[in-house]
Amino acid sequence: MKLKVFSSVVKHVLLTGFAGLAFTLAQAADTIKVGVLHSLSGTLAISETTLKDVVLMLVDEQNKKGGLLGKQLEAVVVDPASDWPLFAEKARELISAEETDVIFGCWTSVSRKSVLPVFEELNGLLFYPVQYEGEESSKNVFYTGAAPNQQAIPAVNYLMGELGVERWVLAGTDYVYPRTTNKILEQYLKDSGVAASDIMINYTPFGHSDWQTIVSEIKTFGSEGKKTAVVSTINGDANVPFYKELGNQGISAEDIPVVAFSVGEEELSGIDTEPLVGHLAAWNYFMSADADVNYDFIEKWHAFIGNEERVTNDPMEAHYIGFNMWVEAVEKAGTTDVDAVREAMYGLTYPNLTGGTAVMNTNHHLTKPVLIGEIQADGQFETVWQTPGGVIGDAWSDFLPDSKPIVADWTSPISCGNYNISTGKCSGQNY
Amino acid sequence: MIRYLLILKLVFLTIVPTAWSLDWENALKQLGDKKFAQVETAVKALGRSDDQRAKALLETMLENKLYQMKRSKSLVRAEGKRNDFKTYDVFTGEELASGVKKRELKRIRVNNRIRSTLKNSLARIALSDSNPESRKEAAENLREGDPKEVTPLLKQALLDEKSEGVRKSLRFSLATLQIKHPDPEIRRESLRLLSGSLEPEVKNLLITALEKNSDGTWIESEADIRERIAKELENIDFWEDIYGGVKTLFFGVSLGSVLLLAAIGLAVTFGVMGVINMAHGEMLMLGAYTTFVVQQLFPNLVEYSLLISIPAAFLVAGCVGILLERTVIRLLYGRPLETLLATFGVSLFLQQTVRSIFGPLNQNVLTPSWMQGTLEINPLLSLTYNRLTIIIFVPLVLATLLVLLKNSHFGLEMRAVTQNRRMAGAMGIRSDQIDALTFGLGSGIAGIGGVALSQLTNVGPNLGQSYIIDSFMVVVFGGVGNLWGTFFGAMILGLANKLLEPFAGAVAAKILVLVLIILFLQKRPRGMFALRGRSIES
Repeated sequence: MKLKVFSSVVKHVLLTGFAGLAFTLAQAADTIKVGVLHSLSGTLAISETTLKDVVLMLVDEQNKKGGLLGKQLEAVVVDPASDWPLFAEKARELISAEETDVIFGCWTSVSRKSVLPVFEELNGLLFYPVQYEGEESSKNVFYTGAAPNQQAIPAVNYLMGELGVERWVLAGTDYVYPRTTNKILEQYLKDSGVAASDIMINYTPFGHSDWQTIVSEIKTFGSEGKKTAVVSTINGDANVPFYKELGNQGISAEDIPVVAFSVGEEELSGIDTEPLVGHLAAWNYFMSADADVNYDFIEKWHAFIGNEERVTNDPMEAHYIGFNMWVEAVEKAGTTDVDAVREAMYGLTYPNLTGGTAVMNTNHHLTKPVLIGEIQADGQFETVWQTPGGVIGDAWSDFLPDSKPIVADWTSPISCGNYNISTGKCSGQNY
Repeated sequence: MIRYLLILKLVFLTIVPTAWSLDWENALKQLGDKKFAQVETAVKALGRSDDQRAKALLETMLENKLYQMKRSKSLVRAEGKRNDFKTYDVFTGEELASGVKKRELKRIRVNNRIRSTLKNSLARIALSDSNPESRKEAAENLREGDPKEVTPLLKQALLDEKSEGVRKSLRFSLATLQIKHPDPEIRRESLRLLSGSLEPEVKNLLITALEKNSDGTWIESEADIRERIAKELENIDFWEDIYGGVKTLFFGVSLGSVLLLAAIGLAVTFGVMGVINMAHGEMLMLGAYTTFVVQQLFPNLVEYSLLISIPAAFLVAGCVGILLERTVIRLLYGRPLETLLATFGVSLFLQQTVRSIFGPLNQNVLTPSWMQGTLEINPLLSLTYNRLTIIIFVPLVLATLLVLLKNSHFGLEMRAVTQNRRMAGAMGIRSDQIDALTFGLGSGIAGIGGVALSQLTNVGPNLGQSYIIDSFMVVVFGGVGNLWGTFFGAMILGLANKLLEPFAGAVAAKILVLVLIILFLQKRPRGMFALRGRSIES
């Protein structure tokens, strides 16, 4: 009997000892955790899986350079499965349970909006790499994708100036990003003297696949004597049947050019681009950018992913800039503490992949060049126009009456994501 | 006086050399300029030069294969990708080097404006081509050029031209350029040539010809010409309405065919067997992926790949269907809720499997050339070949299925089992085998549907998701258990959607159609073609 008690005591001591040992081991292998919140299954997996791979590649590369603050980086990947509530849940898991120091993630605006409260409650740090509709600036989010003034407005200017477009079709998928962007564009066009009868606005459901009527309407609209262009905010999957129908109905880019804000190299890799040559897209980066830093990035990407056929695209560049800026900010701050890193981010510069320099502004948006590219037969874009320098991302559009007086500046004295300069007040909500 | 002469001389000295320096060599240099305006002048100069080499050069440029070697600045034709480009001499086609890296090359950039200038310049060259077809096309293409430049060109060509067909196009193009000619006789003649044409640009021309100047006078001074133009426009409007209607009808029928194609397999599994198969969409997806795999396996047979894919997709989807029936559905007959959940699980499983094998990205399924482009009946009505093919294909599938069900031994047994399982069993029919085969048949037909869908939409893991709701809608609306019901259901939904869309927009049209279906089902819960009989009541 005694022996039994003894043995159980020994067991207990040994076990706690092991546990303690394990604990110290964990302490020794202390890492900086980088969360990756991109869908690996469901409808968004098509776009987001690549971004996960990019973050893994960047982490890998940083570790080869000796890590950060003397520690190794560790990527923690979760799968929010294209499901909005799950995005919030997984974000909470990454911040509280996994204790990640920074998170790279989200794709659609809905997914971002659903994680925002979590990041603000737990004071996390999110890098969001996708072009979006603006009208937001959260203390806990850095927006490395384009705001409307870095994509939509320059594209319209190009069409107006270079191609002499006078009639406009604003076609989009029916959700928040196209609706807001089109509202901004409609106002901008009217301010530029375009008559209401020369603007046609059209919304379609998600994943719309039967474009016959709409394309034929566009054809008729465009055959009335004035040069016409389509500004497309059609989302992901619906683009393929749309472009196929354009090609089939014989609308070439010389007749009616289509400029798209959601179509990049990756979306084109699923289509035969021969009939689409000459249609346009506006981004801050194209894989075809003729810069050595870009060729190096592409080579690294191909080596990492083990496939020479894979393309690079704009959100990947956004993660590239965001990640490297975060690394610099952590080094500058000497800690991964969110507030310290955030302060250190302002004014940081990092070379972008198109041969220029990206700057992080105090409204949490980047300064980037805007590129207009034409689709080529090989699925790549040829840059046909670009802004002479970088364009500062504007969180609150100047073309919407409601957001015109609002600015975002997270440094003192304003320290606010939506500060109304006419009333001098910071609105109650945090973003 | 001498002073004036001096100035004149000075002007000449500054203008003439620049004009002359735009010779061949300089134009070539300018092609690589950063400013598109410079490139455009260069292209125009090259097109105007009578140099025989211009054609090859401009064509290469239009194909986007004209590059400049970064170091030697020489122009080459290059093909290949990334680190393995081959360069050729632009004019002779002789191979110069291989294994050239992208970094060493600079593409001569082309944008939409340059592209239309290129086409125009090439058309100008083609005007003296030996093939009458290219001369005819050139005459049509030149219509879009600068009238001042093009008019004399066309006139000259008309004098030299022998072929009557080409002369007709030339005269027509000339007429569009001369509808505002100062001489009323030429205007009358032009209008006569343009009369009856339904080209949209003719309509636009006529509309602008009927406008008033800013001082209130007519642009067209002759009243009789105005009257004839107005009549012409009336005629165009009339035909626009008619062909607009035909077009909507075609769109409706083609959407109906797509719906039918997606739903016809479900009409067998759900309609005949009563299994709520949520994995039906994934059978479509499997069919589409089979097409992709077939194209990958036989890269040289793209033209026939669809014909090979049809039986292949039927087999693949059919086998998966039989497997699904044997392993899951067989255990759940008579428990619709559990079947629904289980097949939904299977659908997620199939999606993720495909995603793991092929990756989450959409796959590029090629369209054979005979399905590309449009059948142009007249300028107002053109039907796309891919839709036409599907409209023809669907009735063939439906007819085959009907014959199989009505006239074959298997069809007889199948109908017997669905009508009265126990009686059929008593007659010696192995009902479980028939169940598996029926389910396989339904799935296989869905696979065939997938082959057709691969030509219209994305081939990705989510393909099925976008069609599953529509498929159920068609089957329920048409009446469960009746193939003709499915046929009419699909056509009516397709037409209703397309008739509503121009007025209500795509989003509202979809909602309206759903509301109409709900109302209809309130009135006739069994759909349009309800089956009657004891087996249904139970």
